[in-house]
Amino acid sequence: MKALLIRDLRLATRAGGGFGLALAFFLIVCTLVPFGVGPEGGQLSRIAPGILWVGALLSCLLSLDRIFALDFEDGSLDLLATAPLPLEGTVAIKAFAHWLVTGLPLALSAPVFGLLLHLPGPAYPWLVASLMLGTPALSMLGAFGAAVTVGLRRGGLLMSLLVLPLYVPTLIFGAEAVRRGAAGADPVTPLVFLAAITLATLALAPFAAAAALRVNLR
Amino acid sequence: MSIWEYANPVKFMRTSGAVLPWVAAAAAVCTVAGLVWGFLTPQDYKQGSTVKIIFLHVPAALMAINIWLMMLVTSLIWLVRRHHVSALAAKAAAPVGAVMTLIALITGAIWGQPMWGTWWEWDPRLTSFLILFLFYLGYMALWGAVENPDSAADLTGVLCLVGSVFALLSRYAVNFWNQGLHQGASLSMAPGERMSAVYRYPLYLTMAGFFLLFLALLLVRTRTEIRRRRLAALLARENRA
Repeated sequence: MKALLIRDLRLATRAGGGFGLALAFFLIVCTLVPFGVGPEGGQLSRIAPGILWVGALLSCLLSLDRIFALDFEDGSLDLLATAPLPLEGTVAIKAFAHWLVTGLPLALSAPVFGLLLHLPGPAYPWLVASLMLGTPALSMLGAFGAAVTVGLRRGGLLMSLLVLPLYVPTLIFGAEAVRRGAAGADPVTPLVFLAAITLATLALAPFAAAAALRVNLR
Repeated sequence: MSIWEYANPVKFMRTSGAVLPWVAAAAAVCTVAGLVWGFLTPQDYKQGSTVKIIFLHVPAALMAINIWLMMLVTSLIWLVRRHHVSALAAKAAAPVGAVMTLIALITGAIWGQPMWGTWWEWDPRLTSFLILFLFYLGYMALWGAVENPDSAADLTGVLCLVGSVFALLSRYAVNFWNQGLHQGASLSMAPGERMSAVYRYPLYLTMAGFFLLFLALLLVRTRTEIRRRRLAALLARENRA
């Protein structure tokens, strides 16, 4: 398991692995929004929690097809499927690697992007906390979407249609926590719901993703 | 009679062919009679004639949810017992469900414009119906994208299971996110909020009509799918010869 994790991390961080692409995309989203809605600080700080969460969600989506597609093409996914490690474990490890190279950097760097959008001061810790709690669910659900569409030509577009509706509950609770933090209200309730969704997703989605992978490898 | 007998397409085609005209006729009678009766009801003292949209809106919304539930059950039957007709029935039901969702959304917008003063409001019920519509679209797109029919049935089955969990989760998450404008249950049995009998009986009739309509469409579409499968098998055999 550790070997697989290290291999995936190496593949993602070396040249052509697309590491940092998600962060760059997040930066572009945060740059474009003020052009769209106007540079007025008050308006920006009002919509900042939502924009930051939607931006994080889209940047996460961007690199999802890499979770399985390359391994599917060169056949190493077949080897992983016949390896002694259960396919559910493989899926969970690959989703974890995806989180380490996209979700974690996004959560840690989000305060910088918050500055760009005039996020109100008290919201910063909650922004990081909600992204830390929520992005693992995004990676895991994304792994499910990638597993369903791995065998398809031009599966990327279809995958976003399948995955984005699944992101709705995570987005609602994540953005709500930041919004409450910004307003000075108590953000613990949405954070608890967010943690519940993430834990349930981590527990159940690997089985669905592995079932889909087995169908696609048949 | 058990559903396992109808895993045999020949048996299914024979029975469904015999039942279909009766179901279709009953659907036409109930829907038309219910809608005409509904149209002739007196105007509501507050809502005026717009109250009559309920005879399209409520049955469509009811079917939109129940068709997804039916797809969940048929997908499970396929995944567990490899019941081919069951998988095809799930495939056949999806577009009907998507259209029902769309009818509920559109009639709701037409009613909402004069009553709430807006075509669309980010109300929990409206939002969760929009999300349900997205789930229908994704499900149908996946059926269209996978070439091998058995893989397509498996993948869409798994998607239907996961989607059901998240559709339900979204339904309650949006409650948290915004307060509702939509009224509570339309068919409450509590004495104080019970709908007047003038509107209730035609509504029951259109609900029965929409259910029968769905059943008729489902049978027609499942029969078409089975014939398409047979045609594909025949063509494959011809190509091999």
